[in-house]
This record gives sequence, C-alpha cells and structure tokens, in this order.
Amino acid sequence: MKEKNLAISLTGVTKRFGSVTAVNDVSFEVDKGELFALLGPNGAGKSTTIKMLTTLLKPSSGTLTLAGHDVTKAQDAARKSFGIVFQDPSVDSEMTAYENMELHAALYGVRGSETRARIRTLLELVELWDRKDTLVKNYSGGMKRRLEIARGLLHHPHVLFLDEPTLGLDTQTRNLLWEYVKRLSHEEGMTVFFTTHYLEEAEAVANRIGIIDHGKLIALGTSKQLMKQTNTKTLEQAYLALTGKTVRDEEVGKGDEWRARRRARIMR
Amino acid sequence: MAGTAPREDNAMRILYILWVRQIKRFFRAKSRIVGAIGQPLLFLVALGYGIGSVYARAGQGNYIEFLVPGIMAQTVLFSAMFYGAMIMFDKQFGFLKETLVAPVSRFKIMFGGALGGATTATLQGSLVLLISLLLGFRPQHWALVPVAIVILGLLSVAIASFSSGIGSFVQDMQGFQAINQFLVFPLYFLSGALYPLQHVPDWLRVVAECNPMSYAVDAMRDMLIGQTHFGLFKDLTVLIVSVIVLVTFGAYRFRHIEA
Repeated sequence: MKEKNLAISLTGVTKRFGSVTAVNDVSFEVDKGELFALLGPNGAGKSTTIKMLTTLLKPSSGTLTLAGHDVTKAQDAARKSFGIVFQDPSVDSEMTAYENMELHAALYGVRGSETRARIRTLLELVELWDRKDTLVKNYSGGMKRRLEIARGLLHHPHVLFLDEPTLGLDTQTRNLLWEYVKRLSHEEGMTVFFTTHYLEEAEAVANRIGIIDHGKLIALGTSKQLMKQTNTKTLEQAYLALTGKTVRDEEVGKGDEWRARRRARIMR
Repeated sequence: MAGTAPREDNAMRILYILWVRQIKRFFRAKSRIVGAIGQPLLFLVALGYGIGSVYARAGQGNYIEFLVPGIMAQTVLFSAMFYGAMIMFDKQFGFLKETLVAPVSRFKIMFGGALGGATTATLQGSLVLLISLLLGFRPQHWALVPVAIVILGLLSVAIASFSSGIGSFVQDMQGFQAINQFLVFPLYFLSGALYPLQHVPDWLRVVAECNPMSYAVDAMRDMLIGQTHFGLFKDLTVLIVSVIVLVTFGAYRFRHIEA
C-alpha cells in the first residue's frame, strides 16, 4: 500500500488565529526518504505549518500525520518520530554540548550503553566531539546549529524538520550543513522537511518543493516542474512568478501578533 | 537494553535530568552563589543587630533567634522565585521549545525543574542556618533541625511551583520584577517573618493569617526556637495544602505556555 511510504501527510489543514486564517485548507504528502522544501514569503504560513506538524500548535481543522501517527491524537508517538532544528537556537547555552545531548536522550527515552556511542558518533559527524565539554555559550552560531542537528538526530527520527537552518551562516558552513543532511538522509533513510529563503539551496537539495502563500499551497513539484509550469528558466523566476514581487512586511507572523494580543488580555 | 523499559523508570530519569540541570546551572553561576550568601547575611546582621537592641529592651528576648527562621524563609522565597525567571529565560533563549516538542508530559517538565529550583533554594536556606550558627544562634533541639529543613523544602517546592506558573505567562524581566514588587515583597513583609504577630494591629494580623508564608515561618520557628503562633498542626496543614494548590497552579499555567 502506498500509505506505508508516507512520512508526512496533511489533509485539509486550516489554522485560524481569531479572525485571521494563517493556513487555509492545505493538503500535501511527503514520501519516506524524501528531501522536501517548503518555500514562501514571510507570513505565508510556513512556520505555522511546521508548528502544527511538530505539535506546538493544534490545527483548527484537518488532519496531520507523521510516520503514520496522527499528530493531534497520538501526540507522543508523533513527537518521537521527528527531530527538529528551529529557526532560532534552542540549546541550553549554560550547559556543555555533551550535557545538551544527554538531556535530549533522557527526554526521548534513548537508553543504555548505545546512548554514549550514538552521542559520540553524531558529535563526531558534526565535528564537535573535541569541543563536547565546552559550554555552548562559547560556541559560534554555526557550531550551535551543528549541535542542534546532531541533537535532533539522536533519537533516530523518521523525519527531520529544519526551519531556515542556514539563516545567518556563512557559505562554508551552509555548504557543510547540507552535506551532513544529505548524507544522513541517505544513510538513515530519513525524510527531511525544510524551509529556506535561499532558493538555490532548495533547488540543490530538495527532491520536491512546495510553495505556500497567504496560507494556501499554490504550487508543488520538482524545481524543473515549477519552472516548466511558470515558463521560467530559474527557480527564483518561477518563485517570483508564483508569489509576485511585492515585499511582505509581515515580519511578525499574524499568528504571533494574535498571540501577543491575547497575552496582553490575560495580563490585564 | 532498549525498548520495553518500565515507564516509571523513564519518568524518574526525566525528572532527574531536569533537576540536575537546575543544580548544575546554579553552581555554575558564581554571582548567584555570592548572592545566596551575601543577601541573607546582610539581613541577618543589619536587622538582627539593628533592631535587636530595641527588641531586647522591649522585653521580647533575643531578636536574632526570632529572626533566623524568617530569614531562612525569605531566602527560600526569593531563590525559589528565581526558577520562574529561568522558565522565562528558557522561553526567551529558545530552550523551552526543545522540551515542549519532546515526548514528555508538560507536568514532568515543569515539576522536574521546580524540584531542582526548590533544591537549590533549600540549600541556600540551610546555608543561612549555618551562617547564623557562626553568629551564635543555637537551635532549641538539634534533633528538630532536620524537621525544620524538611519544612523549608516543602516551602521551596510550593514557591518554585508558584513561580513556574508566573514564569509561564510573564514575557520579560520587567514583568517579572513587577510581580516581585507586587506579590513577593508583600508575601515576605506581611508574613510574621520579621516581627511577632501577637501585638500587631488587627488588620495586619488578619493579612498575615491569610498569607501561607506565615505558617511556614511559624512552623520553622517552632522547630528551631520553640515559639509558635498558630500551632504546628495548623502550620503543617496550611503548608501542605499550599504545596498541592501551587503545584496544580504551576502545572496548569505551564500546560498553556507558548514557546
């Protein structure tokens, strides 16, 4: 059955914040082992989609599944099946890299003697093993990102989410980071779901690309298909043809704004 | 090894790792350790010797003796409230998201950390007792000192849980300071930590009687110097009910936290 090979599926997913619809009836599927990029302007609904897939937000309607687990109904099973590197750092900078890894292992129930071996393998992979006892606050941005990737992989996830993982990194580090991700996806048969504003990354890394704008999924396919569909020569041209050239000022997502207002109400 | 380990086992491991994180972070923050010794020492010396002479002249006996349990409770109050600030920092610096997407109940995340915050608070409160011993304080019965420490521990758990609830919805340090001004200081000053409640005006006694802190201070005073206002049974009842209510409050607020 085809279902068995699905890593991610969204069916009619909608997320409303008050009167604002951040994600509007989105449906798509990602195969097992696939490298999938979700692109879109600021405020288009990328982060909201990732937050719903990673159980940080509940959808208003629709179904999301991860590795066969319903994200809202089988939350813990879904949580065990993914690793995530958030847009902003989420490591404890007052602890060492090794301690961050140990904490993650405990939270995910990775046990026994294989834990230490796994931590070592991963820290060696991202070239941080010799700095494992350094407090993370002394790490550079790129090192922190590499640590987060290693940590996200510790519990053998089926799906790795990367939310703008290369933002603010230099070209060398970006290059290296995608090398790891591709290698890992290949070696462990892991699905990778990422967002980025660097279209050349999406073109070079992703098997398929989804484009979301104003909460709607407006295009889905390989970069070649997207170029053909829009009759353009580069992915950037295709992207601009689909999403328009107007600059979006929604730096703060509508959802965040709504939450800030709701918090202000609670405080009063 | 892997696979079918008992669930309780894993729960203990999760609570332990979150507890140990707070302990490690405490001992790594040199400024917090200095503050942990400095602030109560200042209160003990300034109030103890400053007001002590007037207190003795009024025929009330040794003020430092009376004050020690109050300063221990104060130390625990301020230190355990700091755990709420840690939650807020975790939110600001992103670490909170790591715990919120983990396959772990939010109660365990909040409670494991709160136990860590409570442990460091109890350590600091006990340190105050040690310092006061150097200043000449002698407990009534040495055998009751461990009981006083247990009471201190319960107070720490109550306050650390309360502060996790606060830290769950406060957005920044300013907000947290405001809470300190309007909640924590009144809890301290209106608690009988600094003065006996026998001779205060009626309104103040009523306020202090509504303040759970008063009962924790009173219980410790009973254990350490054999003076009590409410009686130990009432003290412990209020303290245990406070622990239950505040852990529930903390868990409830933390469940609704957004990273």
